[in-house]
This record gives sequence, structure tokens and C-alpha cells, in this order.
Amino acid sequence: MRRREALRVVANEAVGAYVLLRVERGRIEPGVPGQFFMLEAPGRPLPRPMSLCQAPPGELAFLLEAVGPGTQALCAVEPGDELYVFGPLGNGYRLDIDRPLLIGGGIGVAPFPYLSQQLGGPPALLGFRSGRHAEAAALVPNAEVVVEPTLVTEPLAGLGGYDVLACGPEPMLEAVRELAPRAQLAWEAPMACGYGACFGCSVEIEGVLQRLCVAGPVLEAA
Amino acid sequence: MTILNASGCLDALEAPEVARALDAFVTKTVTPLAREGNRPVRIAETEAGMLNSIGLENPGIDGLLQQKLPRLAELGVPLWVSVGGFAAPDYAELCAALDERDEVATIELNLSCPNVDEAPESAAELVAAARARTSKPLYAKLSPAATDLPDTARAVQAAGADGLSLVNTIRGLALDEQTLEPKLGHELGGYSGPALKPIALAAVYQCYRATGMPIVGMGGIATGRDALEFLAAGAKAIALGTVLFADPDAPGRVRRELAEELTGRGLASIEDACGLAHRAGPVRVA
Repeated sequence: MRRREALRVVANEAVGAYVLLRVERGRIEPGVPGQFFMLEAPGRPLPRPMSLCQAPPGELAFLLEAVGPGTQALCAVEPGDELYVFGPLGNGYRLDIDRPLLIGGGIGVAPFPYLSQQLGGPPALLGFRSGRHAEAAALVPNAEVVVEPTLVTEPLAGLGGYDVLACGPEPMLEAVRELAPRAQLAWEAPMACGYGACFGCSVEIEGVLQRLCVAGPVLEAA
Repeated sequence: MTILNASGCLDALEAPEVARALDAFVTKTVTPLAREGNRPVRIAETEAGMLNSIGLENPGIDGLLQQKLPRLAELGVPLWVSVGGFAAPDYAELCAALDERDEVATIELNLSCPNVDEAPESAAELVAAARARTSKPLYAKLSPAATDLPDTARAVQAAGADGLSLVNTIRGLALDEQTLEPKLGHELGGYSGPALKPIALAAVYQCYRATGMPIVGMGGIATGRDALEFLAAGAKAIALGTVLFADPDAPGRVRRELAEELTGRGLASIEDACGLAHRAGPVRVA
């Protein structure tokens, strides 16, 4: 059951080029891996959608990349600050699969630590644009890492028989879909609300515009 | 206290708990035929608000009447249906269809969507076309951009509107920091949020003075203090829009905060607050 609550910041730690924001859990449930939460972005009119990265006892942790004013504000919060968090929202990954393989690109690695934990540490294939970004791979067990110009699709092309769960930039997801037509893909879109109110995050799904926050963010590729 | 949502800012079927915290739920604008809406990107945050270019995505009047209205009625919240079109016959047809449905308490005429082409007729002509086909209460939702807003308000009153919804979003543009191209796929969008509040307050203030009609005030309301200011300017009710995106608990919170504001000022009820800004007597405002 989703709810909104002000949560105290426990820590805001650098992980390579990213930031791991840890907050007290309060009465908010961690949900299913791949579901997301709307995080208040201090000083900004709208909150930001973030998938859950880790669910340690009593805490929720989110992996952030400072790419704009909202994520910059979130990366700058300090222990003791309070942030409104609303969730869990949307549909996460389906976990009833036989041979999971996680494919991540860049900040798309964010949901994988929690996902990996729920799936018992399956193999993961992670791509980053620099060695500093690749430090985030330490959060994911059993991860093989490639750094640009190598792309995750190169080692993936030689693999078969896996149930692929992917998260990353759109071109990566499109390429993964070509190689693994039944993959579960976590997509991204600008969202104002995260709960179906604003109709801002509509994307074309099976030829029809649908709200990603309601229909996704995890969608079956087929 | 009457707290509504601004049309297009809440899907009651996805968030029934939020809709039940309101005194009435206003649907997203329905048009005669289904519309897919505009291509992404549809929203962009700005320093003091947001732009949207959703483009009246809706299932059409048949889809609303057959699939959504029965489920909305089960919420137990009075329903306002927002209608929009591209010419007077559209408004007439929509109001005729809604007039037969007991679930519908009030019809709001969206005369001012910034994301679609305007109808060729004047606001008053559209209201007259709607009035001819329904006996339900009709609220005219107007744009704050008109320079002659009090005149328009008087004209829609004369054409048979029962009340005003003030205001819709105002047209805006946001550019990408890197490329300097429009952030929205539709380029221009409707601007909402805190920056709209003084503009909306002025519209409520002027139209209250011009018509004395019941007004639902909206535009940047985020707190009980904001709501009180709209009442003082002349609104009888208020609607929450952009704030619902950031805070789905806003209806209950604003209601509590407003009650505290009234108590703190020794006001017994919202009726006592309505129009307080006009106490000083007639001032030439338009």
C-alpha cells in the first residue's frame, strides 16, 4: 500500500560518480524491485521518480545521479534533513522466472542491488561510460562490467536461455529487446506525480500512448 | 468548505482515496470523440511551476458515459464533468448527453485549453449553446490571458452560466538548457503552479466584482493560506491542481490549514471570509 511520509535522511554517500541517499524507512513499504518512489526535491515544485536501490533494515536507499536541478538538490541533502517520500508506485519486475540475468546501463543500475537480493544474486551485466561510474557495480553481486566504448550488448549477444531484466538508457533497452525479445525492461519518462494524475509520462506502448507510471515502469518487451 | 480538484489534475479511478478527500471530483476534460493527446514530452518543470501539453487526452463522451461514469459514481463524491470542444455544436452535444445522467452534478465548460485550437465562437456563444441543452449547473472555465476578462465574465453570465472556474493555465514555453529548443513535444504548454497564483487571484477579484457569480478559484493554491486569499478575493470554493502532483494528501492538509487560518482570524466560517478583500469599498479595477 502506497503512502507519503516525511523521512529523515540517514546518509548521502558518494558511490563513484553517483550518490547513495539513505533515509529512514518510516512506515513506507519497500515494494517490489523496479517499483519507484516520488522523492521531494528540496526547493523544486515537483518531486522526482526514483526506483529503490536497497532496502536495509529500517531504511530505504536510492542511487542518484545529479543531472538537473532536482537531482542536484537531492544529492545535496544532509543527514538529519527530512524528505517527503511517496510510494511504492507502478509495476516492478516479475520475479517468477527461472534463469534471471540483469542487464544495466549507467544509472540504470539503481534498482539492481534490491532486485539481485530478491532473486538470490543472479548474474549481472553492467555497462558504464567511465571507470568512475563503474564503481557503482560494487553494489551488485556477480556483476560483469564493461566500460564504453564496449556496450553491454556485445557480451549479451553470446548468451542465450536467460530471463533478462534490464534497466538503462532507451537505446540500450531497444538493443536489449532485439537480442532478448521477452526481456522485462524498466523505462523512464518525466513524471510530475507518479500516480496517474498528470498524464505527463505517457509513452507509446504497443502502439498506444499510455501512462508509464500506471502501465509500467517495467514492461515486458514482447 | 468546498475543495475540488482542478480538471486534469487527478484520476479518481487511479487514486480514489484522494478523490474521496475532496468535496467534489472534476473529471479531465471530455471531448465528443476520443483523443490520444499530444506526443511526448508532455511536461516540464520550471523554477516556479510547470508546463504541460497533455492535449486533452480522453476517452470521448461515449467512453466516459459507458465505462468511467458508473465507476466514478461509486466513489460517493459529487461529480463535475469538464467538457471541451472545437465549436459550439460540440459543447451542445456534450451537454445534451450529460443532461440525461443523474450521476453528473455540474458541468464545467472548458473554454480555455491552451493546448488545442480555440473554437471560432466567443465564450458567451459557447455557453449559450450549452445552456440550451442542459438544466444542470454550468460553470465556465476561463483563461487568465484575456485582457477583457471582466467583460467576458459578464458576457458568459448573461449567456446563462451559473458560475465561473478561474483560472485555467496560461500559455508558456520552456527551453532546454543545452539545445535551446522547446522542452515540450508540442512546444508551447499550459503554465501552472505557484507562479500562477497572483494572476489567478486578480482574475477572481475582478470577476467577483464584475458579476457577483459563484467562483471556484484555482491557480497555484498549495496551502490553507493560499485558499483563504482566494476566498477573500471572492471565491466560494477552491480547486487544487499542480499541488496534487507533489502532494496527494493536499486536500486534507489544505482543509486543516484553512480551518486554522479562519479560527486564528476569528472567522466563524468560510462565508465570513468570502469577499473580504473588497471591504474597502468599490475600487476601479477594470
